[in-house]
Amino acid sequence: MKRHLISAADLTRDDAVHILDTAEEMARVGDRTVKKLPALRGRTVCNLFFEDSTRTRISFEAAEKRLSADVINFAAKGSSVSKGESLKDTAQTLAAMGVDAVVIRHSASGAPYRLATSGWIDAPVINAGDGTHQHPTQALLDAFTMRRRLIGPDAGLGQDLTGKHVTLVGDVLHSRVARSNVDLLHTLGAHVTLVAPPTLLPVGVETWPCEVSYDLDSALPKADAVMMLRVQRERMNAAFFPTEREYSRRYGLDGERMAKMPDHAIVMHPGPMVRGMEITAEVADSERCTVTEQVANGVFTRMAVLYLLLGGNANEPTPSQ
Amino acid sequence: MDTNSSASAAQGADARAVLEAQDIARVLTRIAHEIVERAKGAEDVVLLGIPTRGVYLARRIADKLEEITGRKIPVGSLDITMYRDDLRLQPPRALARTEIPGDGIDGRLVVLVDDVLFSGRSVRAALDALNDIGRPRAVQLAVLVDRGHRELPIRADYVGKNLPTSLRETVKVQLAEEDGRDTVLLGTKPASQGQRQ
Repeated sequence: MKRHLISAADLTRDDAVHILDTAEEMARVGDRTVKKLPALRGRTVCNLFFEDSTRTRISFEAAEKRLSADVINFAAKGSSVSKGESLKDTAQTLAAMGVDAVVIRHSASGAPYRLATSGWIDAPVINAGDGTHQHPTQALLDAFTMRRRLIGPDAGLGQDLTGKHVTLVGDVLHSRVARSNVDLLHTLGAHVTLVAPPTLLPVGVETWPCEVSYDLDSALPKADAVMMLRVQRERMNAAFFPTEREYSRRYGLDGERMAKMPDHAIVMHPGPMVRGMEITAEVADSERCTVTEQVANGVFTRMAVLYLLLGGNANEPTPSQ
Repeated sequence: MDTNSSASAAQGADARAVLEAQDIARVLTRIAHEIVERAKGAEDVVLLGIPTRGVYLARRIADKLEEITGRKIPVGSLDITMYRDDLRLQPPRALARTEIPGDGIDGRLVVLVDDVLFSGRSVRAALDALNDIGRPRAVQLAVLVDRGHRELPIRADYVGKNLPTSLRETVKVQLAEEDGRDTVLLGTKPASQGQRQ
């Protein structure tokens, strides 16, 4: 595994399966009375959030605390960034404080890459979402959720997602979740289909390792998992579709559409959901919807990533065992 | 655990078997009897194996205990990876499974099972791991081979075989479940691997 986690495309199939297997062991800690492991005791992790986030930040914080790391939370609002400090100066400040790893979310695509490769700070960098680029831990927790639901917690150990059909629906253009998922699911052997109105597909999508369709109904019957993406109005500066009603009629998932999916198929959503827009309350509250499961799995997956990046000494050769 | 890592390279022609399959079976039967005797019937015993080979040994001892007492003895596994004192010195290790039997370990007699007792550091890690899971009435230790050279004040309650070794030697336990055969091999480290872990 590489020293940083910047993009889901950096992970090989074996890296990804290793992370998912480790997450499976982390999940078992949730059942114990002492929900804490000593793996990162004495290490300091900084959560550097230049963009608003609730679940990702809390999820990382929970993962770090369960591994006994010391956690520093940094939100751009109310910090010296709002006074005009650059990423470089912030990074050098953290380096001077002896931070052992940085979890970064930034509205600019490429900020985590810059932080990891600039030499400003010598610590592993974990991308917690950058602009419309990547959100690798989200893709990992989604893959973990799919593997658990579609193959099984124990049966899935060591397995990838070969042969599974995953359909991503909605605002692909603004979605780093979609990009990361396409990369990771392709690495894990799944077939990915993107369904979106043409205006919400990025230029160059035909070069991605996936199929593209404009028609949701035809994609549903063969799907093992359907992932609904939120329409990111905060990133929209133009009219991408005529009305919200028209969007939800063509690309929203309601009970009638869900019935067209195979019986074992699951409905996923990275959150936050906009009920009535891309997903109806009936679907969101159904047994097949894995939204809260994804949140729980997010903590386990992030624990696995933190452990594998920080738990040992990456400079030592692999033990012969 | 900590003795196995360098052994794969050292299993050359000079490795000789100090325990064969029959010996291992006999030794485990004796350990099972000793557990029943010491625990006065083994009523509250929980066996926890330390991965990888300790888990198989724990299961085998549990089967023998069932033959002797006629009751199912709870058996599980205890992964010590994240509690090891050399975690920081090596690249991240893969985690193994921790499986605690349904009724837990609170108030029970936990018997830890490992293949080789060497420095005692694995057992220390196991005791720490146990601490996060519950509070047993008592903890005992069963090992297939005690090869000496302790670095911590730890001893085993049940020993399959005491095997006096030098630090230049390696002890490798092979079990049918993992390696296809039952044997304990005593070998010599290659000169380059003189450093002990």
